[in-house]
Amino acid sequence: MKVLTANRLTNGEAVWLAADHSWTPTIQGAEIALDEATEEKLIRAGKAALCKNEVVDVNLIDVELVDGVVRPVRLRERIRAAGPTNRRDLGKQAERFIAVAA
Amino acid sequence: MYRYDEFDHDFVRARVAEFRDQVERRLAGEITEDQFKPLRLMNGVYLQLHAYMLRVAIPYGTLNSRQLRMLAHIARTYDKGYGHFTTRQNIQFNWPALSDIPAILDELATVEMHALQTSGNCIRNVTADHFAGAAADEVADPRPYAEILRQWSSVHPEFSYLPRKFKIAVTGAARDRAAIQTHDIGLHLKRNDAGELGFAVYVGGGQGRTPMIAKKIRDFLPEKDLLAYVTAILRVYNLHGRRDNKYKARIKILVHETGTEQLTGWIEQEFEALKDGELTLPEDDIRAIQAYFAPPALPARPEGDAALREAQADSRSLAAWLKRNVTTHRNPDYAAVTISLKGTGEAPGDATAEQMDAVAELAERYAFDEIRVSHEQNLILPHVARADLKAVYDRLVEFGLETPNAGLITDIISCPGLDYCALATARSISVAQDLSQRFASLERQENIGELRVKISGCINACGHHHVGHIGILGVEKKGSELYQVTLGGSADENTSIGEIVGRGFSAEEIGPAIETIVETYLAWRQDPSETFLQAYRRLGPQPFKEALYGAEARAA
Repeated sequence: MKVLTANRLTNGEAVWLAADHSWTPTIQGAEIALDEATEEKLIRAGKAALCKNEVVDVNLIDVELVDGVVRPVRLRERIRAAGPTNRRDLGKQAERFIAVAA
Repeated sequence: MYRYDEFDHDFVRARVAEFRDQVERRLAGEITEDQFKPLRLMNGVYLQLHAYMLRVAIPYGTLNSRQLRMLAHIARTYDKGYGHFTTRQNIQFNWPALSDIPAILDELATVEMHALQTSGNCIRNVTADHFAGAAADEVADPRPYAEILRQWSSVHPEFSYLPRKFKIAVTGAARDRAAIQTHDIGLHLKRNDAGELGFAVYVGGGQGRTPMIAKKIRDFLPEKDLLAYVTAILRVYNLHGRRDNKYKARIKILVHETGTEQLTGWIEQEFEALKDGELTLPEDDIRAIQAYFAPPALPARPEGDAALREAQADSRSLAAWLKRNVTTHRNPDYAAVTISLKGTGEAPGDATAEQMDAVAELAERYAFDEIRVSHEQNLILPHVARADLKAVYDRLVEFGLETPNAGLITDIISCPGLDYCALATARSISVAQDLSQRFASLERQENIGELRVKISGCINACGHHHVGHIGILGVEKKGSELYQVTLGGSADENTSIGEIVGRGFSAEEIGPAIETIVETYLAWRQDPSETFLQAYRRLGPQPFKEALYGAEARAA
């Protein structure tokens, strides 16, 4: 189970690719690839976005669904999705109803 | 302190204009990320986990109040209200938008600051003893030489594309507070028997995945030969340093693979060719640069001791702070003050904009407008009259900056780790916070005595774990954070690399493991005057292994 993530070119914000090919600022809005064909579709969309200079540092990452919520497998990606664990007032966890990373 | 001349102003302004154009072209899609990345790195701009990061150079860690206020202004206006002081005496902003960075650099240029050479395979910010110009044990101020090296190395055409980054540190005292033996070049400023100034030169120190202690290759280099000799070292490195493997590209590997004797031979040969040429420093130029660093005129303030005696009697917390965070000054009426950025539970090295403004105000009012950043991630007021220490302390209390823990177990060096850094493999701030809470009792800290804990969130060792009395390295193992502990490291004049004590600990185990190590030390020390490092050097790792791993350690 994977989602595509990147950082927005203009401000470096962590974003995820949504089903409509927009970049969403929350991982919960990401399109989840359950099979290789979808993964390839996401990768192609990521490459196109990179070429159009929308985002940088595009990566396909492993996620799991926990109680219906998308949760990255690696702590690194959980921290990207939430914000620094030492400052809950910073990052996405501060702005929206988003689970903290650890 | 050094003031820009017209050339410096024009140069920095031109570089900001150039980078502004590069950013605009990037945002307009005229250049690709692959083309842009090396350009942004040359201007101190990284991409981290949550945002871009801008690393601003603080040459040899010296700031005036106007500059610190500008850093506060940038934190407030373009970032999230704080900055992170680093182990290379610089500051990092963790949240700037790329589109704002040219404006930030414009603002920095107005106070003679920039972000050049804070990244990339070039000569980085030259660091120095944070008590330079103030310390009672200093032979001479190392900063004029750091400034000469800064001017010489700025966009040096021959040394802008080295095999790897290159770090130089300078100390002017026998007691090394600049960790010179862990740098690519370490310079120890001293006097020879004839009373002339010169340098002991160390080469090939470094941390990262292959920690090495620098080798002394010259016991006394006359000051006029500084640039010729450093050029000779860089030339040999540039020519022979490995470019085939990023992890073997630092000069420490060249020293190790070539051997100190042969490498010294090459350097001396190169130096012979350069000696007495155009790189020889003219006496007048050295003195002119030194004049910028002339110590402030310190009026006699003999009333300090009496005032402090009285104030201390009234306040135990002031007494504790005076004992820990105040360092002997060469002028007995004065002191150097360490402002701890390691309050209980705080991220080491972080300061809010309000705290920066408060320190700037104190520097202006009580400290001859000088502030230093230490590689230990604290701020220093190098010249404060002892008579003003209580007033300074009272103001620090208002901003939560009075933690009396300099040199104690909670005065932790920590890199940003996985909470921010794209290279990190584990968190380090969280470990620092945990230890800071565990050892929060000042009485307990004072009982433990001097103990340097240093934490890195990956093998690159920005948190200097190899030279921590207790070093902690966070790695990722099977998807979880794992912390490896080293003991017996030291970054002073008797530099040593810590030894791995045994298998690593999980995020939950690492705090209790450090407690076990500390309790073992307390049980085994000869008396309270034997520091942790002294005890470890006497005892070796066995008692600590036993305490941590029990039967497992005996079987091994």
